[in-house]
Amino acid sequence: MHKSLSIDPGKCTGCLQCEIACSLDNEGTFNPSKSRIKVFTFEAKGRFVPYTCTQCAEAWCLEACPTHAITIDRATGAKVVSDTLCVGCKVCTIACPFGTINFNQDTGKVVKCDLCEGEPECAKACPTEAITYVDADWTGLDKMRASAGAADAAAQA
Amino acid sequence: MAWAGKILRVNLTEGTCKSEPLNMEWANAYLGQRGLATKYLTEEIDPKVDPLSPENKMIMTTGPLTGTCASTAGRYSVVTKGALTGAIACSNSGGFFGNEMKNAGWDQIIFEGKSPKPVYLFIENDKAELLDASAHWGTSVWDTEEAIKHNHGDPQIRVASIGISGEKGVKYACVVNDMHRAAGRSGVGTVMGSKNLKAVAIRGTKGVSVKDPKRFVQATNDAKKVLAENAVTGEGLPAMGTQVLMNVINEVGALPTRNHRDSQFEGANDIGAEAMLKERESDGKPNLVTNAACFGCTIACGRISEIDRTHFSVAERPEYQIISGGLEYEAAWALGAATGINDIEALTFANFICNEQGLDPISFGATVGAAMEMFEDGVLTTKETGGIELTFGNAKALCDIAELTGRGEGFGAEIGLGSKLLCEKYGRPELSMTVKGQEFPAYDGRGIQGMGLTYATSNRGACHLRSYTVASEILGIPEKTDPLESDGKAGLVRAFQDATAVVDSSGMCVFTTFAWTLEDFAPQIDAACEGEWTVERLLEIGERIWNLERQFNLAAGFTGKDDNLPARLMKDAAKTGPAEGKTSGLDTMLPEYYEIRGWTPEGVPSNETLSRLGV
Repeated sequence: MHKSLSIDPGKCTGCLQCEIACSLDNEGTFNPSKSRIKVFTFEAKGRFVPYTCTQCAEAWCLEACPTHAITIDRATGAKVVSDTLCVGCKVCTIACPFGTINFNQDTGKVVKCDLCEGEPECAKACPTEAITYVDADWTGLDKMRASAGAADAAAQA
Repeated sequence: MAWAGKILRVNLTEGTCKSEPLNMEWANAYLGQRGLATKYLTEEIDPKVDPLSPENKMIMTTGPLTGTCASTAGRYSVVTKGALTGAIACSNSGGFFGNEMKNAGWDQIIFEGKSPKPVYLFIENDKAELLDASAHWGTSVWDTEEAIKHNHGDPQIRVASIGISGEKGVKYACVVNDMHRAAGRSGVGTVMGSKNLKAVAIRGTKGVSVKDPKRFVQATNDAKKVLAENAVTGEGLPAMGTQVLMNVINEVGALPTRNHRDSQFEGANDIGAEAMLKERESDGKPNLVTNAACFGCTIACGRISEIDRTHFSVAERPEYQIISGGLEYEAAWALGAATGINDIEALTFANFICNEQGLDPISFGATVGAAMEMFEDGVLTTKETGGIELTFGNAKALCDIAELTGRGEGFGAEIGLGSKLLCEKYGRPELSMTVKGQEFPAYDGRGIQGMGLTYATSNRGACHLRSYTVASEILGIPEKTDPLESDGKAGLVRAFQDATAVVDSSGMCVFTTFAWTLEDFAPQIDAACEGEWTVERLLEIGERIWNLERQFNLAAGFTGKDDNLPARLMKDAAKTGPAEGKTSGLDTMLPEYYEIRGWTPEGVPSNETLSRLGV
C-alpha cells in the first residue's frame, strides 16, 4: 500500500524546515535552493503554501523522458530520476504541468521528489504537521473528518 | 565548517568588493555574529569616530549556525557605531536574509567608506558588485525590495534595505529585510543611509555544512522538542505572539504609559493579543491574519495583520489595505501605551509605516510619547508640530506623524531626532526616557527592578534584549525572582547579559531562551563547529563579548555616569498597581553589578578581568 505526501497550507508557518531537511538528505548540506519541495509565500493573502511532486500515476515526466531515466519505485510509487541515465535535456521539465521537476545547474541533471525511499524528510521536519505522509487512498481523510464533524454539529443544532 | 570562512569587504568610497578569509582565531574567541563582528569593528575603527562619517564601518554578520536546520537559525545582525547612541550597536534580525547571506558563502560583509552616489550591493554566491541605486533612492523599503527582485528577474533574491527615513537621517532608522523583519535599534539603518548604501540583495545557493551532520541533526531535534513542549515557545508565542505579554505586564504594574508618567495603561486590553484575535464589527475578521515563522523557526511568533478597511487610516488609502507584518508587543506598547492610544487599527497602521519606511517602532513611539508630554505641557504647540494636535491618546496624530517621520518631513524630522535630542532641543531633557540616547522599551524599571539595571548597563543603550530578566522576575524562567526586589538582581542581570551575548553570536534567536538554557545551545554548537564547545566556554565567550563592548563604549567617551536612569524612575514612585510607591533601586544595584563584573567602582573593567578574558 502506497503513501502520499499530504499538504495543508493552513498549518504552514513558512519556516522552511522542510526545504532545509530535503536539501540535507539530497545534497548533504543545508541548502534550501536545492530542495525538491518549496514553500511559496503569498504575501497579499498571508498564506504559506508548500508544494512538491504529487507522483502522478501516469507521469508526464516519465513518458516524456527520451533516455528512460525516470522510473517508478515499486515500493513507494515515487517517480525516480536515474542520474546515470539522465542527460539533462530538460524535456521532462517542459512536460510536467506542475513545475515540480527541475534542472540542477551544478550536476547537469534534473531533480525531483523521490519520497526519500518511503521516509520523506520534509514530513519528518515539519513542526506543524502541515506536511504529512499518509495512506495514498485517503489524503482527504482529515478534511473529510472535519466536514463530518461540521455536518454533525449542524444537524444537532 | 559551520562558518563559511569568508568575509566580503566592500569599500564604498572606492567601489570595490574583496574576499578575505575569516579570522578563525577571533571566531574561536567570539563565536560569530554579535561577538565576532564587534571584535572586527573594535579592531578596525576609532571608537570616537562620528557614527555618520565615512570612517565608521557597518558589518552585516551571521552566526556559525545561521542557515542550518537548528530551530530559529536564520539570524543575522548589523554591527556598527550607532547613530542614535554613539555607542556600540548590534541589531539582530530574522526573516530569510541571514540564511541567504550564509548560503552565498559569506560570514560577514564589512562596509567601509561612503559611496559617492546611491548604490546597492548585489551578491550571487562568490560574485559581488555595487550597482546604481539612484532609481531606488527616495523610495520605500517595500518598493525597493520589489523593484530589485523585478530588475534581476529573480523572485528568490533576498533583500535588506533602508527606507526614506534612513536616507534622511532619522536617528533610529532600521535595516529592513524580507519586507517586515528588521535590525531595528540604535540607528543602524541611519549609518547605512549615511554611506549612500540603499540595499543589499543576495542570492545564495552554495549550502551550509556542519562538523558532524548526524550528531547535529540529533542535537537540533532534541532542542526542537524542548521548544515544542514548552508552554511559552510551544503554545503562547505561536498563538498570541509576544503580544501575550501586554496584559501580564500591565497587571504587574510595569507597563510604562504616557511617557512613563504612569505604569499601567487603562487601554491595555484594547491593544494586546486578545484585541488582535477579536472579530471586528465592520468585516467580521480579526486584525491578525496568521502567525508566521522566520527561517528555520519552529516557534513562529511573527504576526501578519490586516487593517480594518473602514478605519480612518486606510479607508481612502487602498495601498495600505494590505496584509503585512503586524504588532509585536514592543511595537504595540510604544505606539500605544507610551502614547496613551488604544486604537489597535491605528497602531497597526503606524507599524506598517515603520515597516515600509524602516523606522524602529520602539524609539519612534517613545519619542512621540515624549513629544506628547511636551505638547500637553505647552512646550510644543501646533506651531512647531505643523498643526498636529499632539495630545496623548490622539490616534490620528500618531498616524500622521508616523508618515511624516517615515519620510523625514515637517515635524517628522524633529520626531526623527529621537527623544533625547528632541527633549534637549525644547529645554526638557528630563522628559526623555532614555539611556545612552536610546529609548526605553516596554517594561518599567520600577515594577521590574532587574529591567532598570538592564537598561542602565546595556551596552547599546536602553534595551530589553540585552538581559531579559522579565523571564525570571515575571515568568519564572529559569526560576522566579521578586520583580519588586532589587536585591540579587545584579547577579541575575550579569548572568542574562553573558548568556544572551552567546545566543546573539550563534545565529539563533533569543526567544528560544524562554525554553532553552546554554545546556541546550552547547550540544548544537558543539556538533556544528570545529573544536569543543562546552557551556563553560560559551559563558566565558559571553562575558568576553560584554567586556569588549564595554571597552568600546568607554573608549568612545562613555563613563560609569552614563549607566543611569532618568529621574522619573529614580525619584517619582509608581502611582498604581503592585509597584505603587516604588522607585528604581539602581543606586544599590549598580555598585554591586560593577563588583560582580570585576569592574572598578567607576565601572571600568579591571586589568585582571580583561586579561582573564583576553580582551
